[in-house]
Amino acid sequence: MKYQVDENGYYGEFGGAWIPEMMYTNIDELKRRYLEIMESAEFKNEFDLLLKDYVGRPSPLYFAKRLSEHYNTNIFLKREDLNHTGSHKLNNTIGQILLAQKLGKTRIIAETGAGQHGVATATVCALKGIKCVVYMGALDVSRQAPNVKKMKMLGAKVIPVHSGNKTLKDATNEAMRDWINNPVDTHYIIGSVVGPHPYPDMVARFQSVISAEMKSQLLAQTGFELPTRIIACVGGGSNAAGAFYHFLNDEQVELIGVEAAGKGVDTNETAATLTVGTIGVLHASKTMLMQNSDGQITEPYSISAGLDYPGIGPMHANLHKTGRAKFLAATDEEVLQAALFLTQKEGIIPALESAHALAGLEKIRMQPEDVNVINLSGSGNKDMETYLDYFGY
Amino acid sequence: MKKNENMKNRINKLFNNKKENILSVYFTAGFPNLNDTVEIIQQLEKNGVDLVEIGIPFSDPTADGPIIQKSSEAALINGMSLNLLFEQLKTIRESVNIPLILMGYFNPVFQFGVERFCQKCAEVGIDGAILPDLPLHEFDNEYKSFFKEYNLHNILLITPQTSESRINQIDAASEGFIYMVSSSSTTGTGKKVEDFQQDYFERIKQMNMKNPRLIGFGISDNATFKNACKYAEGAIIGSAFVKSLSANPNLKESIAQFVKNIQKNT
Repeated sequence: MKYQVDENGYYGEFGGAWIPEMMYTNIDELKRRYLEIMESAEFKNEFDLLLKDYVGRPSPLYFAKRLSEHYNTNIFLKREDLNHTGSHKLNNTIGQILLAQKLGKTRIIAETGAGQHGVATATVCALKGIKCVVYMGALDVSRQAPNVKKMKMLGAKVIPVHSGNKTLKDATNEAMRDWINNPVDTHYIIGSVVGPHPYPDMVARFQSVISAEMKSQLLAQTGFELPTRIIACVGGGSNAAGAFYHFLNDEQVELIGVEAAGKGVDTNETAATLTVGTIGVLHASKTMLMQNSDGQITEPYSISAGLDYPGIGPMHANLHKTGRAKFLAATDEEVLQAALFLTQKEGIIPALESAHALAGLEKIRMQPEDVNVINLSGSGNKDMETYLDYFGY
Repeated sequence: MKKNENMKNRINKLFNNKKENILSVYFTAGFPNLNDTVEIIQQLEKNGVDLVEIGIPFSDPTADGPIIQKSSEAALINGMSLNLLFEQLKTIRESVNIPLILMGYFNPVFQFGVERFCQKCAEVGIDGAILPDLPLHEFDNEYKSFFKEYNLHNILLITPQTSESRINQIDAASEGFIYMVSSSSTTGTGKKVEDFQQDYFERIKQMNMKNPRLIGFGISDNATFKNACKYAEGAIIGSAFVKSLSANPNLKESIAQFVKNIQKNT
């Protein structure tokens, strides 16, 4: 339990529910009921069945032979990119839509950056026939046009947000305002391990299927009970939380998160929260934030819209502080090269987000006998335009 | 807190002396211009406003509607900060007698230092703070002692969704008054108060709470103000006032006219 949430919603000094009173009733209800609902047999059966038949789980644990040869070690890829809708995001939205139904909610709201969580939310709303509104920064709406169209085709209403930097942080602000204005019929499906307690814990639990599968697949495929290390990209941190979850107490397993350095952690254009951030309160959570000395949140930057967030989940802030996990940062340039490298070594085009984890390989000293698992959180389909522009194909 | 200490706070003095039609006005410090703070407060008092809420701008005001979002953004661009605000308010008590409250999100206060914040408030003569995203249990655990030490009231909110048991808990923990959110909404988006809230207002009125109440959110004109005053000691106006400041840059004129309109026939 050392690295899990405590009864007050904290991971060490990070977390909590710093909510205005207008959100109290909804958060209190969630807090009282999420575990009871998630642990009920009825919920579990429906969740597991949908993960299997709808999401397509378990996702393969693939031994990347040519990549392993290159780095002279053993590298496995956890293929979350092969899930329905192309990323790990659906694990969480499936869980939350079932939970929302149990709570009697009839309207769903969500925020999205790259659009992956928006698409995953619009998808489960279509699946269940529930009204869906997705807030998306106006800049991201123009950057991620195909995902916007997908959400619309799925029947969701996409509302462009024009405040602030017009990206993920601003979309989150607007989704919170919507929830304040619609407290009775609406459930807010947060897409990452951020926001007020119990969201970080709830989302981590829904994503923990990733590490549960890793454990059993690794044993079945290699005979090893534990990998040497797990590497995942971190923005808010949901795929990393899922990939680390069942290994948190196996202290011999090295956990490595890779943040988005953007143009470099020594520039103003970065999203490497743990490297440049300080503790504060944003989106109802006390966690590490990019902010100035007056406590105003500064704008993050990354080539990857999914990591373009000025905070990080409180679980990761605590893993960082306690030293349980190590956090690195990879620049846009390093990430693009890592994406191309995987594409040409293994025939897999990764999402820009996931390519941060791959870029981490260049920064870690690995032994030939090591077993490394990289969480390949998403597919590069949504990033083709960026790749084609950059590489000039 | 002992009763006599409580009496020293201007908020308690106000509610002891005035039982109805109390008008509280919110504005964002640093808007429309960086150095308007003192003059806005002076003009509000001069025109008969009972209480002023000085907004500390924040980059991510999640509980505010578009008007206050815009004023906050403009104030930050103008260069407003908590340090500068306390500097501007240094001599405010030489010219202003009504109670003053600082309102804002927790993070700027947290970075400033909560104890230092309370101490500064006492120094310049601030009577209370409204920090909507500082929940009651966090306040109780960590910060209550600082607020007590500097005789600063932490004003808490209730909403139409707040349960009766929690209202009682908030009432017991409150000093000064309770900020009664009129509807489930961010600031400045309220529909007409009388359409939806009568039942809620009536229900709360019947609870006979120990603290007086001011109704806020969706109070924008004479009609909504008067209606709110039927159910509480008074009401709070924010977005409508901020909007009026952007419409007419002559503070003296626009404030006089705005307050007169709100208070007519009360």
